[in-house]
Order: sequence, then C-alpha cells, then structure tokens
Amino acid sequence: MGNDKLGVFVYRTIEDLEQITQYGMKLAAKGVATPAAVLGGGLLGLEAAKAVRDLGLETHVVEFAPRLMPRQLDERAADLLREAIQGIGVQVHLSKNTRLIAGQERMSHLEFVDGSSLPAEMLVISAGILPRDELASLGGLEVGPRGGVVVDEYMRSSDPNVYAIGEVALYQGMVLALVAPGYEMAEVAVGNILGKDNSMSPVVDLSTSLKLIGIDVASFGDVFGTQAPQRAIVFEDKLKGIYKRLNVSEDGKKLLGGILVGEASDYNQLLQIYKNGITLPPEPEALIVKLAGGESAFGSVLDLPDAAVICSCESVSKGQICAAVSEAGCETLKAITKCTKAISGCGGCKPMVDDLLKGALKAMGKTVKETVCEHFPHSRQELFDIVKVKNYTRFETVIAEHGTGYGCEVCKPVLASIFASIHAETAVAQSGIQDTNDRFLANIQRNGTYSVVPRIPGGEITPEKLIAIGEVAQKYALYTKITGGQRIDLFGARLDDLPFIWEELIAAGFESGHAYGKALRTVKSCVGSTWCRFGMLDSVSFAIEVEERYKGIRAPHKIKGGVSGCIRECAEARGKDFGIIATEEGWNLYVCGNGGANPKHAVLLAEKIDSQTCLRYLDRFLMFYIKTAGPLVRTAPWLEKMEGGINYLREVIVNDSLGIGAELDVDMANLINNYQCEWKEAVENPAIRARFKHFVNSEETDENIEFVSLREQKMPRAW
Amino acid sequence: MQTLLSKYTPVTESEVKIWFKAGPIHAFPDNAGACVKYQDKQIAVFHFTAQGRWYACQNLCPHRMEMVLSRGLIGDEKGEPKVACPMHKRTFSLLTGENLNGDCGTIAVYPVKVSDGEVYIGFS
Repeated sequence: MGNDKLGVFVYRTIEDLEQITQYGMKLAAKGVATPAAVLGGGLLGLEAAKAVRDLGLETHVVEFAPRLMPRQLDERAADLLREAIQGIGVQVHLSKNTRLIAGQERMSHLEFVDGSSLPAEMLVISAGILPRDELASLGGLEVGPRGGVVVDEYMRSSDPNVYAIGEVALYQGMVLALVAPGYEMAEVAVGNILGKDNSMSPVVDLSTSLKLIGIDVASFGDVFGTQAPQRAIVFEDKLKGIYKRLNVSEDGKKLLGGILVGEASDYNQLLQIYKNGITLPPEPEALIVKLAGGESAFGSVLDLPDAAVICSCESVSKGQICAAVSEAGCETLKAITKCTKAISGCGGCKPMVDDLLKGALKAMGKTVKETVCEHFPHSRQELFDIVKVKNYTRFETVIAEHGTGYGCEVCKPVLASIFASIHAETAVAQSGIQDTNDRFLANIQRNGTYSVVPRIPGGEITPEKLIAIGEVAQKYALYTKITGGQRIDLFGARLDDLPFIWEELIAAGFESGHAYGKALRTVKSCVGSTWCRFGMLDSVSFAIEVEERYKGIRAPHKIKGGVSGCIRECAEARGKDFGIIATEEGWNLYVCGNGGANPKHAVLLAEKIDSQTCLRYLDRFLMFYIKTAGPLVRTAPWLEKMEGGINYLREVIVNDSLGIGAELDVDMANLINNYQCEWKEAVENPAIRARFKHFVNSEETDENIEFVSLREQKMPRAW
Repeated sequence: MQTLLSKYTPVTESEVKIWFKAGPIHAFPDNAGACVKYQDKQIAVFHFTAQGRWYACQNLCPHRMEMVLSRGLIGDEKGEPKVACPMHKRTFSLLTGENLNGDCGTIAVYPVKVSDGEVYIGFS
C-alpha cells in the first residue's frame, strides 16, 4: 500500500540498485541524519540495510517476524545478530506488520498495524520473493495463495506435463530462494522428463554461509531441530558475539543441522559431516568449542566417502577431485580447477581440496612438496638450509645452481628474506629481488606515491622529535596519521623526495621503521609502572629494549610485538606475534597471535620469567620461526600447522628438546649485532640514492600524481 | 581514464619508425626495471641481465591505472618473460602484453635494441 510513492524501491536489478544509490546519496547530501528503512530482515534485507547505512543514512530494518532471518536462525542466534547489527548503527524493529507507506508524493513514514509509525524518507523493500507466475495462472495451473506454481516432489505442476523449478516454484509451501535447491530441482525435473524416477531429497538443503555485514552467519540441515528426535549442543559467548548450535541425533552419533554466528570457519567441515552422515566423535561438543592448543576435532577430509560434495558451487565430489589427481595427473590446485572447476566459485572449499590433493598424491607414492614456485623444487625451509650451508650470497647463483628460469615475484623476495636472515643483509644490497616496498624502502600507496614511517620504539617520543616529524611533513606536504602500532605515518611522498625526507629524519635522530618490510614492525606498549597506578613492571622500558633488539630483522612475514604492564593488557599484546605481560612474579610470554582478518590470541609459552629469560626465549622463538615458516606465513598459522602445537614449540624453545638452542642463539646474535639502518646506508651512498627517481632519462616527476584536499590535509585523486 | 590508456598502443619491430635513445645501459638497473619518458608517454624498460635481454612496455598498470609497472619484479612464467605489478601482483607477459593471471586486458609492449652501449625503444 503506497509503494508507488517517490522514495520506495524494490531490490531486484542493477538498475534498481543504481536508483537506490542515487536517491540515497541525494538524501544523505542534505547533511542531517535522514531516516531510511529496509522492509525485510532476511539475508538480502540486511545486506541492503548495510548498504543504506554506508550511504550515510539513519537506517532502520523492519521485520514482520519476531526475529531476524527467521528461516535460518533460532531465537538466540537472531538475537546475537540483532545486537551486532545495532552495533554498526542500524536500528531493528521486529514483529512489525506494515499497514501503509504514508506521505504525499514522496513517502514520509511507515505506519504499522499496531498503531505505531516510523519516519522514513526512503524505503527499500526486500521482503521475500514474489514469483512471476502470471503465465502459470493464465494457463490454469494451481498457484499458491501468495503466489508460486505448486509443485510435487517430482517438480510437476498441477498439470503433469508442465514442470516448474527455481524461484517460481512453490514446494512444500515454500519458495526456495537459494541456488543449491535450485540445482537439485533442475536435476529432478530433467530426470523425470527423461523418464527416470527422480524425486527431491526428503530434507531440502537450505544450507547457507555468508559474511553478512561483516559477521559470519551460517546454517545447515535441520536448523530448528524439529524434524526428528534430537538434542542440541549450544555454545554462546555474548562478549565475542559468537553463537554455535549443533543438532545431533538422540544417540549422539549423527549431525542433523546447526547454526553458526560470529565464527563460521568450520562450516564446510560440519556441512560435510552432516551431508555424508559421518559418525560424530564421542564428544561432539569439541566440534564447536576449541580448546587451547587442542587438536582439531574434525577427522581428515580423506575419510569422507567418494560421493561427498566438496565444492558445492560447481558440485564437484571428492571422488572427482581424487580422480583428477590419480587419473588426469593434476598436481596443483590450479590444474584441479582447470580439470574439475572446483574452487572456481566462492573458494570456500580450497583448504579441503588442498588436503585432498596432498592425500591423493601421497597415496600414489609421490612426495608432496610445498615448493615456493615453479623456479625451485624446494620449500622455503630447504632453500634456507641450502643458502646457509653453501653460503650463497646472490640470487643469480642460487637459481643457476638449484633452480630453473629467471625467477619471479614469489621466489625473489623469498630469497631476499633468506639472505637477510642469514647474512644480516639489508634490502639495499640486492634491490632487484626485493618487492617494490623493500626496493624503495617505503610503502607504495594509491597513485604510486609512498608513505614513510620512522621507528618510534615502544611508542615513546620526545616533543623535539614530534616537532621534527611535523616539520618534515610540512615541508614535503605529507598527509600524517597515527598508526595502529604507536607511530606516525607520512603519506604522499614522491619517489624522488624519499632520500631528502630521510636525510632530514636521520639528522633528527630517526631510523627506518621497516614498515615496508616483512620484518619486525613495532613493539607496542602501555605506559607501565612508571606512571600507571596499576602497573606491575616498566612495560615501556622493556618494549623499547625489545624493539631495539630486533629492529631490522626480516622474517617470512611481518612480526609485531607488545608489552603490557599488567593483566589489564592495554598494549593488546596478545594480539601480536609475541606479547609480554607483567605479573606480580615476572613476565608472562605469549606467542603466535595476530589481529587482521583472522584474529588469534597469542598463547602462553612461559610464565613468571625475568627479562633476561624472556629475551632468550624470544631470540629462539623468532629465529625458529624465521628458519622454518613458509613464505608469507605469520606466526599464528605457522603454529597451527606445527605438529604438536604449542606444547612442541615450548619443548623446543624452553627445554631445548631438539638441541638447537645454542645455534638459534648464535644466529640471532649475528642478526642483532649486525643491524644497520638501511635508510642511512641509502642516503649516504650516491649510487643507491640515484635509484630514487621516477624517470631514468629525465629529472621531471610523474605528472599523473594528483592530490585533492581532505580535512585540511590531502589524499590521492581517485579515478 | 580511457584517454590515458589510449596513449599506449603496441608496436612491433617491423612498425618502428623512430628508435628513441633512452639512455646508456648503465643507467638501467640489473635484472629490474626503470621508467623512461618519451613525449607524453611513460615506458617501463626491463633489463634481464642474466639472459642479456631487454623488454619494454607501458608503465601504466591497467588494473588500477597506476604508473608503476617499472617498479615491479620481473621473472618468467614457464619461460615467458613477465613483470608483476607492485600494487596487486597482476602479471603481464613482456612478449605479448597479455595479463597472465587475471582478466586485466593487454598492455602495450615495445621493441628495444641496444647499440654502442645505448638503449633504444621503438615507436611507430
């Protein structure tokens, strides 16, 4: 009622979206918080709400049911989702039956059956699917009261010679708006047309997994646990916004369905267990509650039956993938994708296909090797050992002796990192094998300019040094921002300005911050016991000592650290590759955490230790990581793949179970003692300095670099 | 944006009308790239020193329209010389200009010759 008014949109085609965006931006440009509403709290409605919110409008979601995503989530899961959505500034109105879209020519508000109303100048309707069944009605086929061609389990309409599938079909009283049941319907219909006796599976596959407004939401099988006698296992952590529910059969042996909100990385494995009827482990709760340092509760993907569908986008089974390896001779993921199309859709099955590939190769007696790229038949660790034993110093020699071809953007930086770790070589020595950031000792940004980050150990800085940074930024017109690692980033430097900028920074007492390298970045600190009334130990002094100790050290990936003065953990040290936290009885050392896309808390390596012990463990831990991790593998995934996990790592580092402690100590001491600031090296050496210009044949600068103003500073002009 | 791209059209050796002198060999880094200015064009020139080969292409990466290809790492894919854009690691063949790991479209490549210690780029 009233959906012909200006400001009311449906959400169906690209053109619809363009119109919504245009209209929404006009409203947002008015400058005041303009209210807009989305009708429908399902998958699409919530995505639409996020988009409307991103346009800058005050956003409301209106849902008829008493909870969000009523088909996929139970009450507790929906409740958690509602809180998360409200957390990003979208208001949620449940149990609201819309009576009227009110207003004159333009809509002004919504009126609900319960007498309440909601001001809204724009409305996006995303309230389910209206099947386009006009043709069926005209032809006299039976359609549902709210639309949809009624079909039986063979996809036959009321006329047995007419079939309907997909979103026009009404099956078991529902229009199924998901692609998986659509595929099954197509198969069933074709089978029947060809005279086979196919029918839909008894339980329609409504499994979904997606990142909804930045929150993982997944459900599969019998979500509500109503289709068979069963019991539910529920894990909820309101603080972290995680809810997991598994519905298992009464005997605890089969998985019947489940819901994951906030953390859904195990969805694929759970779906496989459910779909293939795999017997659950004796303690199925281990499938949703990970115990620290514990082994994965999931069996191997190799144990799945051949019929198990691994890639649901392209419906590729385990058998097909294994055959691609054993019969078609595929030896890489790329080859498997080419042969079977697996992984080419959403990519969610990639880890499983990778495991299958390795398993199948192993079964054929082929050694499975993680080589760095096509140019070397070696892993990073093997290359490390080769370079160390043969004492190689040049990329050209290593590839001539142990590889093939010219090298590439993968193996060159890997060897650059290895040379750095073995010979304490800086990035200026062999600049041609460095990634552009290391080649020019700065971070490349949009429009090809660079950002500059001087080291500020522990985040402690004098007023004089702050002024010096300010003066440099002012002189070279750089955009300045405080980083997450307690330092200052200066953006928008032209290539040819970099040596001049650094000349001044070095004169003011700064060194390279290695923000451009796969190297130690920062050791973040809280203010600690010198000032803080809760502080147990002097976290700033220790953070500075640790950062000075490891500055310039390169690794398979970037390394970040943190030191907190008490268990309140203001330095967020457990979100770092190593975190040191003060207690009444000394330091606790945590390792292998990170923030980013897949946050991990660092786990305890040793507790109640003094500073010297802490540094010794750190030396060994970092050197062990540098020597053994794969390219671009951070400490958390490195630990995850380590057989024996943190207990093994503790044995190696603390108890020296491999007898390599002394060697690790020596190697680390070599790196620490041979540190030099590579920017100082670059600025003082005319040959290196000459690399920093845009053209080899002209002193001109790149005319394509353009900036526009942004809050009294500047930003690159967008295309 | 399109006008920037349209400045760059591939040139084959037989179409060359002008051999532009870009500079002496030693001005170019070994086993890496550098950028040459020719009129209003930016050309990336790469010296595969170990193989004694030279290649040239537009400096403009068509993926995000940045003038950066000369700063990319060079190498080969199954023997075909390539450059990897430093921004997002799109790789391009230096023989054909083809995008080897995506659907970015083809970049313009130019012939290079070396004579009396000087590097020349061919334009039509």
